[in-house]
Amino acid sequence: MISSVTMTALKDKISAFSVKGILLPVFGILVFILLWQVGASRVHTSLGEFPGPVVVYEQWNSLVAEHQRERVKEDKFYVRQEERIAERQAKDPSYVGTLRDYTGKPTFFDQIFTSLYTVLAGFGLASLIAIPLGILIGLNRSVYSALNPVIQVFKPVSPLAWLPLVTMVVSASYVSDDPMFSKSFLTSMFTVTLCCMWPTLINTAVGVAAVEKDLLNVSKVLRLGWMTHVMKIVIPSAIPLMFTGLRLSLGIAWMVLIAAEMLAQNPGLGKFVWDEFQNGSSNSLGRIMVAVLMIGFIGYLLDRVMLTIQRFVSWDKTQILR
Amino acid sequence: MATHLDISHISIEFPTPKGPFKALDNVSLKIEKGEFVSLIGHSGCGKSTVLNIVAGLYDATEGGILLDGREVKGPGPERAVVFQNHSLLPWLTSYQNVELAVKQVFRKTKSKKEMHDWIMHNLELVHMTHAADKRPDEISGGMKQRVGIARALAMEPSVLLMDEPFGALDALTRAHLQDSLMEIQKDLNNTVIMITHDVDEAVLLSDRIVMMTNGPAATVGEILHVDLERPRERLALANDPRYVDYRTQVLTFLYEKQRKVEPIQATAKSKTVAASAKVANA
Repeated sequence: MISSVTMTALKDKISAFSVKGILLPVFGILVFILLWQVGASRVHTSLGEFPGPVVVYEQWNSLVAEHQRERVKEDKFYVRQEERIAERQAKDPSYVGTLRDYTGKPTFFDQIFTSLYTVLAGFGLASLIAIPLGILIGLNRSVYSALNPVIQVFKPVSPLAWLPLVTMVVSASYVSDDPMFSKSFLTSMFTVTLCCMWPTLINTAVGVAAVEKDLLNVSKVLRLGWMTHVMKIVIPSAIPLMFTGLRLSLGIAWMVLIAAEMLAQNPGLGKFVWDEFQNGSSNSLGRIMVAVLMIGFIGYLLDRVMLTIQRFVSWDKTQILR
Repeated sequence: MATHLDISHISIEFPTPKGPFKALDNVSLKIEKGEFVSLIGHSGCGKSTVLNIVAGLYDATEGGILLDGREVKGPGPERAVVFQNHSLLPWLTSYQNVELAVKQVFRKTKSKKEMHDWIMHNLELVHMTHAADKRPDEISGGMKQRVGIARALAMEPSVLLMDEPFGALDALTRAHLQDSLMEIQKDLNNTVIMITHDVDEAVLLSDRIVMMTNGPAATVGEILHVDLERPRERLALANDPRYVDYRTQVLTFLYEKQRKVEPIQATAKSKTVAASAKVANA
């Protein structure tokens, strides 16, 4: 039997947790929505009132409905095609039909999906370059001295400056009759890579260079080979900083991608925002606001995913990660 | 028979902005197989530097080290080091920490099963089999140091180098580990060089105590042979006149002949007080 004392203690704990964990955040969100509603109604633009929470919610519903309509259309399109092919095959058994892809307008959710895999591809490529390079730089002072000026110059470059160059290089060098990736995807991806690799590179290098001297001595006394030294001592020890870099990189990648998509008119959430802006209907501002919130929400989720991976990989379970 | 470990006329200079700083000057020491030697001296006298040179982590500016007639160059597992702050890899369990060393040293000569048995045997020696799968942050300071010793012993070193191995531990844990070390030493009869600043520890454990003069340009001051039969019992020895005499000799060296003069700074008043308190205690 559990004594009443422990029960009350337990209850206190639960209530303390729910106040901090649920009640306060919900309160914060409610206050924000209230201020948003009051503030929005006071801002007037040529496209009408600034969208408040209610308008945004309506637009969200309409975007969902649009998406569902589009899917129904798409299904019907394929069914029609298959029927047509089957019909012709009934008359002429030698006929081989080709299924054509549906070419309808991408919906809001299609654009989210496009942006997501573009950002992950760009971030993945950046990590593949930045982590090994960061390890080399951190291990070797000469490599560091040689590469540091280059890194420092390229680090602050805005994605918008890279974009025209990347576009031209991709169009010039990626020529294929049956391309595996679309050019717009490659342009966005490389721009993201170029802009987001720096925090990972620098933090990895710092983490690698900061391995405790005692541990380096252990490695020396054991005469560990280069590979074992890097795998068993350097990388584990640099992991916390490496992840700090990776999380910063992913955040930058997501911001850069939206900007690049807007500027280059490459498919994705950025293009959605720009299209709505150009469209200029009375719904546009509400839809842009939905996109803004969605961009923020996805950015948050991406960071949470990285945090979960970090918690899983990190050896120091006592470290507080947030 | 040639000397097992011959530390021969080593001096070392470190470059500083103010010019080279001579930390050690002409340190010579011959150590026989199975001998337990302590280096004792005030902090900053360069005793750790001697150990680091023997370990191969520093290069002597002059002189050299011969181990079984061969010159020592660079670090290696035949001169295993037990570091002051355990220096276990925090991301590996006790078992894996020892395993890293065992794999490195016995990769070619032992089978997988033999390596496993050898790892467990060494953890057994330091009474740590129960925490084989625990990581360093899950065990106490004394336990970490035990695993550190197990790792060093597992390399089957010709010389075991211990850099103030128990310095960071509380008195009770330290006494416990000293007893363990004596027990292991009885079985394995390793050659050991231990740095310490604890007089009792030095007398209790050592065959010889090497007392170092104060730096800069520190060197061997006196060498004391401790002729107490083993096994040694700390309680029985506490009132043994020979033990008391050895202890007094070391203390005399440290606090009369080589009294550490703390530089007194007019600006740092608290430091001055601390320094004079130290002198008063001595």
